[in-house]
Amino acid sequence: MIDILTEYNVLGAFVETLKYTVLAAIGSLVIGTLVAVMRVSPIGVLRGLGTFYVTTIRNTPLTLLMVLSILGLAFIVGLQLSEDFNANTFRWAVVMLSVYHAAFVAEALRSGVNTVPTGQAEAARSIGLTFGQSLREVILPQAFRGAIAPLGSTLIALTKNTTVAQVIGGSEAAGLLSTIVENEGSSYGAFLIIALGFVILTLPTGIAFTHLSERLAVRR
Amino acid sequence: MITRRRLAALSACAALAVGLAACGGSDSSTGDSASGAGLKVGIKFDQPGLGLKQGSEYKGLDVDVATYVAGKLGTPADKITWVQAPSAQRESLIETGQVDFIVATYSITDARKEKVSFAGPYLIAGQDLLVRADEAAITGPEALAGKKLCSVKGSTSAQKVKDQNPGVNLQEFATYSECMAALTSRAVDALTTDDTILAGYAAQEQYKGKVKVVGKTFSQERYGIGLKKGNVDLCTKITDAINSMIKDGDWQKAVDANLGPAGYKPGAGNPPTPDACS
Repeated sequence: MIDILTEYNVLGAFVETLKYTVLAAIGSLVIGTLVAVMRVSPIGVLRGLGTFYVTTIRNTPLTLLMVLSILGLAFIVGLQLSEDFNANTFRWAVVMLSVYHAAFVAEALRSGVNTVPTGQAEAARSIGLTFGQSLREVILPQAFRGAIAPLGSTLIALTKNTTVAQVIGGSEAAGLLSTIVENEGSSYGAFLIIALGFVILTLPTGIAFTHLSERLAVRR
Repeated sequence: MITRRRLAALSACAALAVGLAACGGSDSSTGDSASGAGLKVGIKFDQPGLGLKQGSEYKGLDVDVATYVAGKLGTPADKITWVQAPSAQRESLIETGQVDFIVATYSITDARKEKVSFAGPYLIAGQDLLVRADEAAITGPEALAGKKLCSVKGSTSAQKVKDQNPGVNLQEFATYSECMAALTSRAVDALTTDDTILAGYAAQEQYKGKVKVVGKTFSQERYGIGLKKGNVDLCTKITDAINSMIKDGDWQKAVDANLGPAGYKPGAGNPPTPDACS
C-alpha cells in the first residue's frame, strides 16, 4: 500500500478531482439557479423549458453525456474547447458535470422555494416588487437557506461523480486507479487508498453542510 | 397511500431477495470447479478477434486457445463456462477461484507474476498503430510528431506512448470502440495498442478497407494463460497443450481465422516457445 503512495502521484490525482469538483460546483450552481428560476417563473414557456431540462438531463446517464461531449460534440460537430486533447477533455468534463448536476441543483432549489410560505411571495408582489425583485430580495435568499442540506448531498454526489470523467480520459483519482491496476494488478490496497481519498473529501463536506443547514435554517 | 407504500416495500424486498439469491448461487458453485465436471475460463467479452461474445456464441483467438487447452485437459467445449474477465479484475478472479484460468490478452509481467502464475506465452504481440486506409504519413512510432493519438485510459500502451513521446496529443477513452469511432470520424490520426487487438478491430465487417495496421511493433507483449499462483501441475498441463496446439497446426489456423482477415501476420518470435513452469 505504501509503495503505491510513493510510486504514483495520488495527491496530484486528488487535486485534479478537487479541480473538477470546484469548477463543476460553480457551474452547476449557476445553471441550476437559472433552471430553478425558470421552473417557478410565471411564464409558461420558461416553466416548460425548465421542466424539460430537469427531466431530460436527470434521466440521462452521466457516462453517456461524457462520451457524447467528446465523440459527438467535440469530434463530429467540431466544438473543440482546446486543440490539446488533455485540456479539451478537462473542459468538456467540467461542462458536462455542471450540466448534469445543474438538474439536481435546480430541484434542490425548487424544494427550497417551496419552503417559503406563499404569503411572502404575495406580500412581495402586493407592495409592488416585480417577479425578479421579489425573487432576488425575498424568495431566493430564503430558498438557498432552506435548500442547503439537499445542495450538500448534490455536492457530495458531484465529488464522487467526477470519477466518470475517466471514460473520456480525465486524469483524476479513478483515472490513476486504472493505471495502478494495469501496472500492479488489482489489489485491495489501491482501491482502499482511492476510497479513503474520497471519504476524506466528502466526509467534511457532509458535516459542514449539516452544520450549515442547522445554523442557516429560516426559523418560522 | 398505505397500499402504495406496501407495494414499494414489497418490491424492495423482492429486489433484495433476487440479489441475495444471485450471490448465493455463485458462491456455492465455486467449490466444485476443480472436480473435472467442467472448467470456468475467463475471457474478454468485448475484444473482436480475440474474445468476443456475440449472442450466445464466443469467438476469437483467445476463445480458440482456451477451447483447445480445455480439450487437452479433458473438458469438451460444451462443458466450458465462459466468464467475463475485464482487465482490472483478472487477478481477483483467479485469486478468488471464480475462474480456473484466464485467456484474455493477458501479458506476462513481473508485477502480475507476484499475484498469479502464467503458462505460455501462447502469442507474442507488440504495440502497434492503426491508421485510416488512406494514411501515408504515419509509417511507424518515429513519425508521430504532431499527430493525434487515441488509446485506452491507464493502459500499458497509453503509458508507453506518453513516455516515449512527451507532449504527444493523446485522447484516452474507456474502450477501444470509442477510439475506433474517433479514428473513422477523422478526429484522431492513429489508435495505438497491441497489434492483435488492432487486427481484431480492423477485421470487423464495418471497418474492412477503412483502416490498416501499420505493422511496425515497438514493444513486446507476451500473452500468457493466467492461473492460480503456484499451481505447477495445471501450468505444466496447459503448457503441454499450447506446445501441441502449435505443433499440430491448430495454432496457425486459429491465428489466421481470427486475425488473418485484416492481413495480420504474427510478428517475430511467433509461434513462441512457452516458458518453463515454476
